[in-house]
Amino acid sequence: MANITKEEIRKPENLVYKKTDLLTDKALSYCPGCGHGTTHRIVMEVLEEMDIQDKTIGIAPVGCSVLAYDFMNIDMQQAAHGRAPALATAIKRLMPEKFVFTYQGDGDLAAIGTAETIHACNRGENIVIIFINNGIYGMTGGQMAPTTLPGMKSSTSPYGRDTHLMGNPLKMTELVAQLPGTIYVTRQSVHTPSNVRKTKKAIRKAFENQKLNKGVSFVEVVSNCNSGWKMTPVQSNKWMEENMFPFYPLGDIKVNTD
Amino acid sequence: MKGNEAFAEAAIRAGADGYFGYPITPQSEVMEYLMAEKPHERTGMVVLQAESEVAAINMVYGGAACGKRVLTSSSSPGISLKQEGISYIAGAELPCLILNVVRGGPGLGTIQPSQSDYFQSTKGGGHGDYRMIVLAPSSVQEMADFAGLGFDLAFKYRNPVMVLSDGAIGQMMEKVELEEQRPRFTEEEIIKNTPWATTGKTKNRERNIITSLNLDSAKQEQHNIDLQKKYKLIQEKETRYELINCEDAEYLIVAYGTSARLSQKAVDLLRNQGIKAGLLRPITLFPFPTKAISELADRVKGILTVEMSAGQMVEDVKLAVGCRVKVEHFGRMGGIIPSPAEVVEAMHKKIIGG
Repeated sequence: MANITKEEIRKPENLVYKKTDLLTDKALSYCPGCGHGTTHRIVMEVLEEMDIQDKTIGIAPVGCSVLAYDFMNIDMQQAAHGRAPALATAIKRLMPEKFVFTYQGDGDLAAIGTAETIHACNRGENIVIIFINNGIYGMTGGQMAPTTLPGMKSSTSPYGRDTHLMGNPLKMTELVAQLPGTIYVTRQSVHTPSNVRKTKKAIRKAFENQKLNKGVSFVEVVSNCNSGWKMTPVQSNKWMEENMFPFYPLGDIKVNTD
Repeated sequence: MKGNEAFAEAAIRAGADGYFGYPITPQSEVMEYLMAEKPHERTGMVVLQAESEVAAINMVYGGAACGKRVLTSSSSPGISLKQEGISYIAGAELPCLILNVVRGGPGLGTIQPSQSDYFQSTKGGGHGDYRMIVLAPSSVQEMADFAGLGFDLAFKYRNPVMVLSDGAIGQMMEKVELEEQRPRFTEEEIIKNTPWATTGKTKNRERNIITSLNLDSAKQEQHNIDLQKKYKLIQEKETRYELINCEDAEYLIVAYGTSARLSQKAVDLLRNQGIKAGLLRPITLFPFPTKAISELADRVKGILTVEMSAGQMVEDVKLAVGCRVKVEHFGRMGGIIPSPAEVVEAMHKKIIGG
């Protein structure tokens, strides 16, 4: 191995990784260290591996991933803040043979879009919802989100979230798992290679579930926001493990796909 | 048929792919009729009761972005809730049909008919510089006709079309002739006719993105310039109005919808009194028949607008007329429909003797 040349490494037969064609060549707009880029990649890899990119419609939210359509090389719609599940409902009902997914942050899905999320899940729309939860409004500069932890600092809870004054964090994933219209509800992360593999498996399962025509598959990805949390990427991942995971434990919450 | 039912039946026959709504008086018959008709069996049309007006208009956005013929209906407070979605639809240039069966406001107001949403419908309502094409039916027949016409205009210009009715037209029963069933678009037709639609990115084309976002101000300005060009074209091509007894008219009434019906009666009463009255009925409120009103302003002695509002359309009539002749407004508010006799009296007091 020591004598292998660059030319040999670049030979197609020695290739161990290639960026999926379903990601465009545009440089990601996300902060270095953020989990969005990884999650984008694995969603696109899943579509490519299932060979369903030509019949998939994605929906971008309002938030950091508002420009997801710049990076995902598939047909996409950009939704008003919080309304992605309403768009997805109509798209899937009007074109039941297509694969439809929303990609939403916690402000979008768990605050302004609570009604759309709950009702799409309760009706059992045959869609995939990918929910990136970083406990903060990243795009607008680090304000308190519905998912901000008790005591956690943000630009609108500068002394920490006081639950008596500001209310409690909302566990949307546990909430939607209670609804009859969800068939698969899971919480994952993308901060280590092994977690990336687990999340990819979960997202693959979620898209496979659309073939069952039985209801919503809901994949939460607990993510970091190193800029919003004002930490280095490494620090933020450690902080996430120590603080976010105890409150938002990883793993399947509901698997009802039989 | 009731106006609301005629609209619903006409929407099915116009080849609608999807209806998304939320109950509100006085338009709930639209969704009730659709559900009872089982259009999913008749034509394959999707009908869904949404969790809110907000969700319903965003379902319309999602469906329209797929090149489907989709519609929603509501009444004034519900239409207010839809404004964000309408702005996004206008910004993303999506075709769709929105029925507003207007009731009196502001706030929860009344369930009785009104025309107090003229400003909201014709001047924007939501944020940003945009226009809807606004069709104002004055009969059950037009409630039916404007479903098909509305879809045609929406797709011709990639623009939201509003049918601005009111509680009287929506609830009244009249005979109606319906068009034959049009087939729904096939996927092949959608791909051919609306190549921008998100139908799934195939290898032979670039991806389709439906968005109203342009973070580059120069691009967003250009988008606005293009929208304004489209609206100007709509003003040139799509202005519709009806003239009744205007050939020799000395006094003109301008009124749309329910007000036009009772104003037509008022014209007869005035003519019986020997007064040469005429009626101009705008059928499109945007584009507004500015040119027709301007031409009549050169021939008449005074103009009365009749609206079930505090006077909204009167501003557009005044803009068309300038200071050439007197323009006054007469109206009732809060769900009251004025009588033709009241209109005659107003013409005497405000215009002829004023």
